[in-house]
Amino acid sequence: MKASRHSSIALVNKTAPYGQANGQESLDLALAAGSFGQDIRLYFIEDGVFQLLAKQSPACIDAKNFSKTFAALTFYDIEHIYVCRDSLKARSLEPKNLCIEVEVLSKNELQQHLSQHQHILSF
Amino acid sequence: MASFSLLITKAAFDQQDAYSAYRFAVSALKLQHGIQGVFFYQAGVHNSNAFQTGHSDELNLHQKWVTLAKTHDIPLLVCVTAANRRGIINQQDALDLDIKHFNLSAPFTEVGLGELVELLNTSDRVLQF
Repeated sequence: MKASRHSSIALVNKTAPYGQANGQESLDLALAAGSFGQDIRLYFIEDGVFQLLAKQSPACIDAKNFSKTFAALTFYDIEHIYVCRDSLKARSLEPKNLCIEVEVLSKNELQQHLSQHQHILSF
Repeated sequence: MASFSLLITKAAFDQQDAYSAYRFAVSALKLQHGIQGVFFYQAGVHNSNAFQTGHSDELNLHQKWVTLAKTHDIPLLVCVTAANRRGIINQQDALDLDIKHFNLSAPFTEVGLGELVELLNTSDRVLQF
């Protein structure tokens, strides 16, 4: 099997922000891949949905508010941002609580989307 | 024959992940597959720290990577931002920042995330450990 030149990449975000650096470094990779013209799509599942919360104020724990950068993803041609419906519900969250517009998917839909990617990286 | 690249996001010693990646590389090469490159990101950059000086009867994964890279001519690519955040620094950056010591040297090289994107584009499979 030969990899296609512009293969699609999924970045799956599973952890809450600040407690671990995963979210910030996943976003760094998304921006890098976006600036290299890759077809990259972001997925937020489990505690990863907390990364997208609006009105974060991590300055009080001396952390950088990287969630501000999510609004800039569109300038990197990263237009597909998917969030797990069950993960939101389990945390009493709704799409209106998030800082950007996302596509909310069921578990089945998530599996279908993920199966179409050439590469899946997980953070 | 397939071409693989490895993405290492876990530190050496603390977790088994990076060692599993090393074992995968050795096995794949034995079966005539290619390893295009090994990319160290997040805590994975600790693999590149040359100051790993554990007990002599314990595994030194840094040394294993060095030998593997030299034997099979495999690029060991370390994300410079992730590395600098974690106290991994090469000679030039140490000089520029007036820091006395450095702990990253060949065959490990400091690169940008674009190199990981390149590996994603040119490998049949990228495995994350």
